[in-house]
Amino acid sequence: MRPFRANLMICGGTACVSNRSFDIKKALEKEIEKQGLDDEIQVVTTGCNGFCAAGPLMVVQPEGIFYGHLMEKDIPFLVEEHFLKGRPVKNLMYVPPETEVPIPKMNDIDFFKGQILIALRNRGLIDPEKIDEYIGREGYYGLLKVLTSMTPDEVIKEIKDSGLRGRGGAGFPTGVKWELTRAADGDLKYIVCNADEGDPGAFMDRSIIESDPHSVLEGMVIGAYAMGASQGYIYIRNEYPLALQRLLIAIDQARDYGLIGENILGSNFSFDINVTRGAGAFVCGEETALISSIEGKLGNPKPRPPYPTTSGLWGKPTNINNVETWANIPVIINRGANWYSEIGTETSKGTKVFSLVGKINNTGLVEVPMGITLNDIVNKIGGGIPDGKKFKAIQTGGPSGGCIPAEKLDLPVDYESLAKAGSMMGSGGMVVMDETTCMVDVARYFLTFTKDESCGKCTPCREGIAQLHRILTKITEGEGTMEDLELLENLANVIKDTSLCGLGKSAPNPVLTTMRYFKDEYLAHITDKKCPARVCRQLNTYVINAEICASKGHGCGVCRRECPEQAISGEKNISHIIDQEKCVKCGVCFDVCKFNAVTIE
Amino acid sequence: MEKQKVEQIIAKHKSEPSALIAILQDVQEEYRYLPEEAMAIVVDRLNIPLSRAYSLATFFTAFSLKPRGRHSIKVCMGTACHVRGSGMILEKIERDLNVKRGETTDDLKFSLDEVYCLGCCGLAPVVTIDEDLYGQVTLVKMPKILQKYS
Repeated sequence: MRPFRANLMICGGTACVSNRSFDIKKALEKEIEKQGLDDEIQVVTTGCNGFCAAGPLMVVQPEGIFYGHLMEKDIPFLVEEHFLKGRPVKNLMYVPPETEVPIPKMNDIDFFKGQILIALRNRGLIDPEKIDEYIGREGYYGLLKVLTSMTPDEVIKEIKDSGLRGRGGAGFPTGVKWELTRAADGDLKYIVCNADEGDPGAFMDRSIIESDPHSVLEGMVIGAYAMGASQGYIYIRNEYPLALQRLLIAIDQARDYGLIGENILGSNFSFDINVTRGAGAFVCGEETALISSIEGKLGNPKPRPPYPTTSGLWGKPTNINNVETWANIPVIINRGANWYSEIGTETSKGTKVFSLVGKINNTGLVEVPMGITLNDIVNKIGGGIPDGKKFKAIQTGGPSGGCIPAEKLDLPVDYESLAKAGSMMGSGGMVVMDETTCMVDVARYFLTFTKDESCGKCTPCREGIAQLHRILTKITEGEGTMEDLELLENLANVIKDTSLCGLGKSAPNPVLTTMRYFKDEYLAHITDKKCPARVCRQLNTYVINAEICASKGHGCGVCRRECPEQAISGEKNISHIIDQEKCVKCGVCFDVCKFNAVTIE
Repeated sequence: MEKQKVEQIIAKHKSEPSALIAILQDVQEEYRYLPEEAMAIVVDRLNIPLSRAYSLATFFTAFSLKPRGRHSIKVCMGTACHVRGSGMILEKIERDLNVKRGETTDDLKFSLDEVYCLGCCGLAPVVTIDEDLYGQVTLVKMPKILQKYS
């Protein structure tokens, strides 16, 4: 077979797919055939490239030229210019907002520059549905190495020496957990991959599975060999259909190749993997609840100890690691603990994948060395805040984490520093907030989530979070008092100290950190009855600027038609008026007005 | 409800209590809810009390005890979607379809739910209808999207 002259790696991640990247692919294939280039140029669907903000996107390999925001109508021109005439098309390349000069190569774009890819090493480079492409990138070499040249104890030592810590959030040393499982009594042992990614704003696990499912499988088989487990489970979130499909394809292929199943690679080691679909409960990301759920029972957490490493699934020793943790394993085995532990800080080794979302220019998935500053993530990789707005805070750790303010942007990203700032590493969601985000509303938002997702077993979490939520709602509606602030803090600390599992213990963090760093916003809601960010709608008064409405909008009437309470009156060419008696402050008029004639007072 | 269909679903799994969630997921997919008769057959075959199936059915959001709509609308309430105004999109759908979140329209056409993070925060705010995903949804675009399903 002759190699192709160019490979067009088109992103098949969820964000690009919903931006119709498959239509782009079809258009490319059609055009390539039309130009008679189909035996020279190949179109490949890859997993998530990471730079979701530029989607739908593709990278031309081996040149590494990056095209973003593709549209079907651009394709004939693109194929003719770049692939027939050899002239890359400048106006489809990425243009950084400040310079307006297109950057042809992916690796020269700031978003990709500061990244080190370990867990995401194959993203955008392979077709996730083809095992041969994974093998072509050193896939399953780590497994071959452990089966042919390492004892289980040597594997565990390697993982311990690497300093790898759990990437699901808590940061427990992975090698130590493996050692505990190996040392536990019993012939039958289980390992589990936790793919029940539930933190709102975090999608790295989904992305790893969608772009490189074999990296997770290989990590699991290596782990099973080290711990002496014969059966593995992957517990995957119900809302991730594409990830599930790719995982099932990968397992079938690995089984066909003898990489999973009886006598793996001709050795006397056997191991198989089952996939269990979650049924929609955030608490099932907690390990004891996850175990219950695999057993077909209610996803209720149990008190620990006993830890799953001694008594887990069906009472047997069970090791649970998160998707990203498993995906790191093959690389550590391949390249060695020394190499891995040189990346990162004293206590936090290696890299971490973060999903960078919210009010940020370069939304997407990034993998960075531990110890990088928040500032580098937000302003260099993330490209800063859109529309010239001012950065206010970055939220890490999802509903269990906290909000870190602008003055702490120099903070290095590692487990300890984030915890000291009142937040946590968590699974890796990073939500950027600007001046138009209300911190009281953010705290209330996370409590709405944890209130809904509390399993209800222990009282502090079930009742306490509901009360925190009630008080915060009161404050956002302008009914809060100064005593409420004290009550919030006391109650938050009680919930933190007395809840049964991590969900309750960490749920007050968003409240505590926003009160610590953004007290002035709470005070504005309580004493001035104003929301400085104009988010808490009950504190807003919506008015229409007569001048703008009449002169620019010519009384277009969109707000009048959209108003659910018929509170807006007016006619064509005449300024509209909001009847404040009827207004329910839903904010629709503000949102739909194209002329910015609706203002908030 | 056809008894045979439920039996077929059960036959695809192991007849063990640990298969209960997986069986109920398939029943839910088939009928868009968990009919009481179907649950009765399932617990009978697995030899467990009905209360256990009921407790799962009311705990996990993937299950419903009431018939669900032909189209399932999910509005993402993830953090990125929240800060980009998904709450207003949800309120708009509630008003336009005259249905509350978590409920189904009287004509059984639509069910409306909140979901926390679909993992495509770059497209926020996001709404899915059945298998279709819509990104950067606005109040003005929403009615046009819904029209496609009526």
